[in-house]
Amino acid sequence: MGLLSKKDAALIKDPLADNNPITIQVLGICSALAITAELEASIVMAISVLFVLGVGNVVISLMRNIIPSKIRIIVQLIVVATLVIIVDLVLKAFAYELSKTLSVFVGLIITNCIIMGRFEAFALGNGPWRSFLDGIGNAFGYGVILIIVGFFRELLGSGTLLGIPVLGDPIEKTGLYSIGYENNGFMLLSPMALIVVGIIIWVQRSRNKALIED
Amino acid sequence: MEHLELFFKSIFIDNMVFATFLGMCSYLAVSKKVSTAVGLGAAVIFVLAITVPLNWLLDQYILQPGALSWLGEEYAAYDLSFLSFIMFIATIATMVQLVEIIVEKFSPSLYNSLGIFLPLIAVNCAILGGSLFMQSREIATLGLALNYGVGSGIGWFLAILAIAAIREKIRYSNVPPALRGLGITFIITGLMAIGFMSFGGMLTGGDEEATTEEKTALLEKESIEDVTLSTSTALSVNSVKTSEEKVIANTINANE
Repeated sequence: MGLLSKKDAALIKDPLADNNPITIQVLGICSALAITAELEASIVMAISVLFVLGVGNVVISLMRNIIPSKIRIIVQLIVVATLVIIVDLVLKAFAYELSKTLSVFVGLIITNCIIMGRFEAFALGNGPWRSFLDGIGNAFGYGVILIIVGFFRELLGSGTLLGIPVLGDPIEKTGLYSIGYENNGFMLLSPMALIVVGIIIWVQRSRNKALIED
Repeated sequence: MEHLELFFKSIFIDNMVFATFLGMCSYLAVSKKVSTAVGLGAAVIFVLAITVPLNWLLDQYILQPGALSWLGEEYAAYDLSFLSFIMFIATIATMVQLVEIIVEKFSPSLYNSLGIFLPLIAVNCAILGGSLFMQSREIATLGLALNYGVGSGIGWFLAILAIAAIREKIRYSNVPPALRGLGITFIITGLMAIGFMSFGGMLTGGDEEATTEEKTALLEKESIEDVTLSTSTALSVNSVKTSEEKVIANTINANE
């Protein structure tokens, strides 16, 4: 890593696993659960958050010395809201169907706790470059979980990935379906998102005992 | 009747935590003790009851396409709905601040119990989500908006109360070490959400016509676009068929 010092690289690497925003910091759960029934929606959501968090962290970091601390929450909210409006309009323009699927959850990026959490915890006290790295690092950590959950829910729930059937055709009974496999429609229902995330946390903490709560 | 229906619907069927996962962050973070959970839950009801009607007024008279026509004919063509995110969140943030100041002034005891939770609430997705769902479900009147705000607040309150009580008890259970804390809370919430899904038939039960509808409604419940579609016209339901719905339709056909 010639470009990044060791400390900077850690900013990106840590949130991917040991300091993951969703499974460890418990931030940004709402959107992670609600839109993961399809892999495509998960990926788009992850990219949107990447954009908002990366840019937002830089903006807040640049303004950190001129924001009066009393009204910083409102300033932060306005910055995020502006960025989210950009994301929303872009989605509506180029991926209208998808923006219908995501519905209010695009707007809810504003109150995604990851974003406010990183602003408060990092961008207010660090320079723009480090804040940017922290932003995209955390957004990647968030995206990874989203994509894992979306992958399993779509694969097990409807037998497709990104809308492409991968397990054969359920009506023609080809592929896996020919030996009696059935889609588990339950995976598409919202409660399963919680249980899938619960299992991810279980697996992660079994592998890394240091993360276990008492 | 309309009011009663919306009230129960927003508490049970469209429960903010179990059906749409709103406010999960504070739901998970502040549910370790029943007493704090009650405080936060009460604050959420309170703030939702104020911000949802307020944002309804904003939406109705400023943001919607054609909403500005009360200013004069020439303003009727404006559509400011792209500003709704920023308007809603600004309203919420200022209202929360204002409520905090007023409560502090007039009721120190209430302030002491709600106090620390109020600033937290500005960034609780349940509050903004309430306003955004109010907008996308096209709630018709101010009274219904207030009703919706209070109803969803109570739904959220019930959810956090239940999980806090369970978490207090689960300390005495032998949970696998890696699942302790967060992991088991997720799984319990998932199971509770499955339980709450059974309320789905509450409003449609009994009607002859509803039986087929109910089936699709339940299947669609998880797909988020249902939320926007449920109140919009049949036209848009037909035009905006997502791949997911098609897949579900396919599986239904296959099963039959």
